Amino acid sequence: MSETLTMAKALNKGLRRALQADPKVLLAGEDIGKLGGVFRITEGLQAEFGENRVVDSPLAESGIIGTAVGLCMRGYRPVVEIQFDGFVFPGFAQIVSQVAKLHMRTGGQNPMPMVIRIPFGGGIGAVEHHSESPEAYFAHTPGLKVVSCSNPNDAYWMIQQAIQSDDPVVFLEPKRRYHGKGAVNFTAKPQPMHQASITRYGTDATLLCYGPMVKTCLDAATVAEEEGTSLEVVDLRTISPVDWVTVTSSVRRTKRAIVVHEAPKTLGVGSEIAAKLHEDLFYVMESPVMRVTGYDMPYPPARVEEEYLPSVDRILDAVDQSLAY
Amino acid sequence: MVQLLTPEGDLVRHEEFEFTGSADDLVGYLRDMILARRFDAEATALQRHGELGLWTPLLGQEAAQVGSGRSLREGDVVFPSYREHAVAMVLGVPLTNLLGLFRGTNGGDWERLETFKNYQIVIGCQALHATGYAMGLQLDGAVGNEDDAANSAVIVYHGDGAASQGDVNEAYVFAASYNAPVVFFCQNNQWAISEPIALQSRIPLFERARGFGFPGIQVDGNDVLAVKAVTDWALNRARSGEGPAFIEAFTYRMGAHTTSDDPTKYRESSDEEAWRGRDPILRLTRYLRRIDAIDDAWLAAVEDEAKELGAQVRAAIPELEDVTMDRLFETVYAEPTVALEAQRREYAEYAAGEDA
Repeated sequence: MSETLTMAKALNKGLRRALQADPKVLLAGEDIGKLGGVFRITEGLQAEFGENRVVDSPLAESGIIGTAVGLCMRGYRPVVEIQFDGFVFPGFAQIVSQVAKLHMRTGGQNPMPMVIRIPFGGGIGAVEHHSESPEAYFAHTPGLKVVSCSNPNDAYWMIQQAIQSDDPVVFLEPKRRYHGKGAVNFTAKPQPMHQASITRYGTDATLLCYGPMVKTCLDAATVAEEEGTSLEVVDLRTISPVDWVTVTSSVRRTKRAIVVHEAPKTLGVGSEIAAKLHEDLFYVMESPVMRVTGYDMPYPPARVEEEYLPSVDRILDAVDQSLAY
Repeated sequence: MVQLLTPEGDLVRHEEFEFTGSADDLVGYLRDMILARRFDAEATALQRHGELGLWTPLLGQEAAQVGSGRSLREGDVVFPSYREHAVAMVLGVPLTNLLGLFRGTNGGDWERLETFKNYQIVIGCQALHATGYAMGLQLDGAVGNEDDAANSAVIVYHGDGAASQGDVNEAYVFAASYNAPVVFFCQNNQWAISEPIALQSRIPLFERARGFGFPGIQVDGNDVLAVKAVTDWALNRARSGEGPAFIEAFTYRMGAHTTSDDPTKYRESSDEEAWRGRDPILRLTRYLRRIDAIDDAWLAAVEDEAKELGAQVRAAIPELEDVTMDRLFETVYAEPTVALEAQRREYAEYAAGEDA
């Protein structure tokens, strides 16, 4: 059974199904109850499941994460919403020092089956602190898992898989794709969460991307095709851990790789991918790994964000450089 | 400040609180305090001998910890900071388990972790965990039942320094908002390493509680009777669904903050002298002797027991096993990742080569 939905609606349905499936699942966050969240992802859920399972939190991100740690210890599976990417940092210490480490610190006695949902990335003309891409901090933190969905079907399934995971998952939702529509198959067995997918097959180079940049990369591949270049697009889906099997098998075929993300370049996800491809495919590749990313500056004011964000043109420039190398 | 036993060992009446236990209970608490002090002295000495990387002495805070710890019952859960060795002891956590964290043989996993959570070195972060756990108790229907035996509560320990932390203040907010069954037990030992209480708060800490929307009470932290009475009250109201409470146990850190600290640099020894006169063990001993609940023979027997405990702790140290790299790799995640498994094999191959 399949239905065309926006990503926002798909996430809502995925959360509803998780709440139905397991009485230990509960949602917490600012404005997620009556309002349904500032992006309406939790719309209607408090009415359906009650205030004990869809909990409006005081305005304190560390408090939201820290109390969720205690709920995990009590056997719950809290799904917390951080309202915007730039607001996760007041909760950062709890995430990296507690959520990420408690399982190992307690010799495996205290798992942290928590999902931290964060709408992330730019492109919506927002004011400061509302458009950031903090994934590298979390991917650099052992003990956390980090994933990002790029389409409604993945959103529906991955949120449920993240909730079922016994490990803490930072779940990055590309806010500018919330209203993009796509088919959601409610019955087909979903792909495992920590697996990348080849979204478009090609032969000349591989674009590696996740979250909001998947659509941009697919658009770039369409334009490239018109110009006679065949680009493969790999949606990483999982940033920590990266599915190296899919990534390296793609690049082994195309021999060229371009990583695309909104986050700043230095020590970003692209850096790790470049290093790994260097380690594994040194004699295979025909050109160095290219990176098309945000620049190493704080996220810019909205009027100039399109200059900062990777675009189809910037991606195609990098493809040209790779092919000409 | 609630006080039921003076430093001289005289009982005093308080309008609201009374100690409802027996003389036998008090004899038990005295034994707890003497053993805890001995364990603490032993651990401090072990650090001096290089057997522990660090130790956080509880010297002077025995009554605050034993009195509150003895208020707990099956089903209650403790979220400690890093100095609550006496609470661990009265809850039956094997004391030698606590040493692993400070020796560096493991990250702080011990028996009875479901009741006495792991130590937290990041100041105050555990206040939020405790509050979340208390919210869970509430969701599970373990609060406010007519059958009191079905009710439970959470107690979280933090210090005067932690009262300045955002996490602790956020915990107060969450606890009040959700009426969570959590007791904030603040041991105000007057010093946060070198910083005096005046730097953390210009009003007595217990007065802050009212601003958060729950009762706060100050108790003589060196008076085990008063601490027990006040903690009973706070836990009972939490269990019965009346929500959080804050206890400021007014005490003094007689030793250093940790074995790396040097209090002579920042405080007067006359202070320590004054507080020595309010010693929790001394005052209870005076009282129990006066009512003939204990005698020299009893004290000698407990002293022997304390020596025995010290010997056990010394003997246990070399027996503490280092956690293996393999076990660490295994516990980073509950569900292993291919990427980390690859590093685990890499390590294993390297280690095998080293041995060869």
